[in-house]
Amino acid sequence: MSQQGANNGSSRTAVKLLLVVVGMFGFGFALVPMYQVFCEVTGFNGFVSTEAATAPLEEIDTDRRVTVEFVSTVNQSHPWRFQAQERRMEVQPGRLYTAYFEIENLRGEQSVTQIIPSVAPGTAGRHFQKTECFCFTEQTFAAGEMQRMPVTFYIDPALSDRTSTVTLSYTLFDLTAGDAPEFDEDATSLHVGAR
Amino acid sequence: MSSTTHDAHHDHHAPPKGITRWLFTTNHKDLGILYMVFALIMFFVGGAMAMIIRVELFQPGLTLVDPHFFNQMTTMHALVMIFGALMPAFTGLANWLIPVQIGAPDMALPRINNWAFWLLPAGFTLLLLTLFLPGGAPAGGWTMYPPLILQLGDAFPFLIFAVHILGISSIMGSINIAATILNMRAPGMTLMKMPLFVWAWLITAFLIVAVMPVLAGAVTMLLTDQYFGTSFFNAAGGGDPVMFQHIFWFFGHPEVYILILPAFGIVSAIIPTFARKPLFGYSSMVYATASIAFLSFIVWGHHMFSVGMPLAGQLFFMYATMLVAVPTGVKIFNWMATMWQGSMTFETPMLFAIAFVILFTIGGLSGVMLALAPVDLQYHDTYFVVAHFHYVLVSGAIFSVFAAVYFWLPKWTGNMYDERLGKWHFWLSTISVNVLFFPQHFLGLAGMPRRIPDYALQFAEFNMISSIGGFVFGLSQLIFLWVIIKCVRGGEKASDQVWEGAKGLEWTLPSPAPYHTFERPPVVK
Repeated sequence: MSQQGANNGSSRTAVKLLLVVVGMFGFGFALVPMYQVFCEVTGFNGFVSTEAATAPLEEIDTDRRVTVEFVSTVNQSHPWRFQAQERRMEVQPGRLYTAYFEIENLRGEQSVTQIIPSVAPGTAGRHFQKTECFCFTEQTFAAGEMQRMPVTFYIDPALSDRTSTVTLSYTLFDLTAGDAPEFDEDATSLHVGAR
Repeated sequence: MSSTTHDAHHDHHAPPKGITRWLFTTNHKDLGILYMVFALIMFFVGGAMAMIIRVELFQPGLTLVDPHFFNQMTTMHALVMIFGALMPAFTGLANWLIPVQIGAPDMALPRINNWAFWLLPAGFTLLLLTLFLPGGAPAGGWTMYPPLILQLGDAFPFLIFAVHILGISSIMGSINIAATILNMRAPGMTLMKMPLFVWAWLITAFLIVAVMPVLAGAVTMLLTDQYFGTSFFNAAGGGDPVMFQHIFWFFGHPEVYILILPAFGIVSAIIPTFARKPLFGYSSMVYATASIAFLSFIVWGHHMFSVGMPLAGQLFFMYATMLVAVPTGVKIFNWMATMWQGSMTFETPMLFAIAFVILFTIGGLSGVMLALAPVDLQYHDTYFVVAHFHYVLVSGAIFSVFAAVYFWLPKWTGNMYDERLGKWHFWLSTISVNVLFFPQHFLGLAGMPRRIPDYALQFAEFNMISSIGGFVFGLSQLIFLWVIIKCVRGGEKASDQVWEGAKGLEWTLPSPAPYHTFERPPVVK
């Protein structure tokens, strides 16, 4: 191979590999919609719809009982009271139920929240149908306001026989509280006093 | 071979003098040396961080540093060792060795080569500066999981841009290596005649080109989540923090093979030399390396069994991961068959290579245990994982770099290293690395979590043993440093072939190899 030939070949190889680099950088971003579509289609990873479902059409499976548990969390320990009125319910697949959550704004100012649902086990996510939910839209709370908010849902009878308990978990994000708390040098060395 | 000797009458062939030689050099041997010296410095920087970790864990309780600094040390130790020590060490070896192993006069893209190297000190300046910023260095683990990493203080953009720069550097280095191997081989050097180190690096280069941009994309998403209001990983905005783990490990698993495939190439060069037999199963070695590289793209989920993956996902990633053991087993058995009935001698490079085979296998087997989804839920984020990846990366990858340095140092310097000191380095390192990491298996199985500065009292004895092993291992690396310095400064003159059983183009060159080699390509039979 002549020197000239090797140089041309090397440049061509380099350009091709550079295209691979650009392509893979794009692929990293393409993974984002691919991931969402994959989770939506397969129901993996607890995909939960944030749009209202239509009322149940199927027969009510009166022979079957599924336990639904409710979990409520406030992200980053912002001052909110957020809890389910009932911790758990026994439900029949196909029948509509309503559960209530109490949300109280303990901050001294008006706040906007977004509440994000998640279902465990993940594969039960698309069988948990909500016809009405406070999680579909952002909610505004005046300072100190308390609201009792409903979620109306049914369990799709197509839920796997292996699943007897479904956990619905809500996380409250305070959109007006700003980003992560300011870094606090003292807080990190709190425990050092123990030495 | 007359074409291989240095033509003294060409004046411009002598290296320029002074600092500009190193700043502006496009010579593959100079850049190889720069890469390796940089890697050695980073090895000691990362090692010092490991020493702080082991001192803190020497006794239960918070004894030396505060927890936040401890977390900075675990995170920075990983980043420095992976991106600062191991990857540059392998790239340095590739720069020095690949042209002389395939009979090329230099790398294909020498200027890019220079740039790729000089990005490294820039990237590490950014990364190490974070230790002095308000809020400290990254402390959320080298995996940079959100939302924790987004709570990092002023160091956050430094971390992201350091990762970008280091990624660009390794991508440029890899494009150069692949272009060299594919276009610059001497006549007659067909692909299936290349030394396995060259093969391993060709495949590694493709892995780097394929996955480093994905990491760059992932950290870019972190950056825009933090500063530009996107919600890739922010649940409040409809994103998903688990998705970061998928994207990260899509990069991260090939990355661990990037750190080990060149090691396979090195060991495949050293064992045949000292067994005085050709490598057993050359072509199966090539195919095994390629298979491992392919499998690396479909096993990332085994890092995430505990995120709540559905059964089908767990089974897929479990079986795919266990498949990796097949081509890896092929390699182990090929090395054993190469040694079988060979006339073996045990110089330091061979000792490190044999230790590599044994200790890497231990790390590989604990890897198979971790691949089992049902038991991984217990092992996840415990010291069992720490023991596993240190067996494959320290007594695996780093031992292979030690072996390579001892093996080729006489060719680089023209002097033999001090064999007695080399053996001291080997035995101290090999014994202490086991004292250091073997007890960590038991700690992990008993439930000690990783990345925590304190632990329950029942873990005290094993942690103390482990720390003592760590201190001995750390100190014995000073012997390594001394061996290199001593060898550079002088010593018994090395012959051209250096080792009795050494085969390959680099051993036809004089020792030390002249500044320019194979300007007229050798003919390979």
